[in-house]
Amino acid sequence: MIAVQLAALLVVAVGAWATVMARDPVRQAIVVSLYGLALGLLFFAFQAPDVALSNIVIGAVALPTMLMLAIAKTKR
Amino acid sequence: MDEQPPRRPGELSFAARRRLFLVGAAGLGALLLWGLFGLPDYRDVVPLYGQVINHSAVEERSSTAVVSAVNFDYRGFDTLGEEFILFAAVLVLALLLRRLSEERRDRHEWKARHEHTTSAAVRLTCAALVGPTVLLAVYITAHGHLTPGGGFQGGVIAATALLLVYLGSDYPTMQRLRPLPLVETAKAAGALAFVLLGLAGLIFAGAFLENFLPLGTPGDLVAAGTIPLLSVAVGLEVAGGFVLLLSEFLDQLLVIRRKQEADS
Repeated sequence: MIAVQLAALLVVAVGAWATVMARDPVRQAIVVSLYGLALGLLFFAFQAPDVALSNIVIGAVALPTMLMLAIAKTKR
Repeated sequence: MDEQPPRRPGELSFAARRRLFLVGAAGLGALLLWGLFGLPDYRDVVPLYGQVINHSAVEERSSTAVVSAVNFDYRGFDTLGEEFILFAAVLVLALLLRRLSEERRDRHEWKARHEHTTSAAVRLTCAALVGPTVLLAVYITAHGHLTPGGGFQGGVIAATALLLVYLGSDYPTMQRLRPLPLVETAKAAGALAFVLLGLAGLIFAGAFLENFLPLGTPGDLVAAGTIPLLSVAVGLEVAGGFVLLLSEFLDQLLVIRRKQEADS
């Protein structure tokens, strides 16, 4: 279990770093989606499946979708 | 690096701002480390409240999902507040993204935008995923008192099904599947149902949001009194809210145009 938790923490750290390093907003929206998924795995590894479920949908789908729609609208 | 913008009189230089940031960050970092080293090991110590809830939730509320028992019963009043935060947020979003008087709805442009961008593989995958997604949303909502999940999670999953419909088909198909008056009604009805269930508790059991229904057997689909009903109410509100939110964003992108922009 500790190994899974450590792996999840590592993936989240890398995901957060990648999100900050992606400078193009469209790429950033994709990376933040993966980051949301990683956070979901982290919550699951730390025995919070309710929060994990919420975060997988909000962080990996809803937030990136809103970001990308807003980017597409403002880039016209 | 980006070019530095010219400095206005009285403005701090970049180096001074960086020094200020470094001092602040060092202070914050020191406080955080201090706080982190004082934390109890989460595996060893379950706080007293957690111990009490874990011990009594199944017996007192017939809910095998202790988190749901907390969300919809022990701390149901907090969930009411959260639900209305979401309600107000979606309301304000709809207000901000409305069609302004100098804008118009373009009914043709979505065609050009869509037909060239979606491959058959994407369409097929999305079409195949819509059904399972809706089923999962219903399952997660209905089993809120049995397994992890509940109305919020189920509601958001249900709303993503609409996104799949849009990605797998086109704008008019999605529009037909989300009659906005119905969506708005579902959202409002969910919020109203939560309040009414709370008031029913006040009338029949003596306290707002107090359970007033038979508890049944732990593990049954119909059990745990008002918990599954409140979960479904939240599910309706959240699904309606997120469908409305996605619809407003998609409308802004696809059909709302300034009046002077030419039709394409």
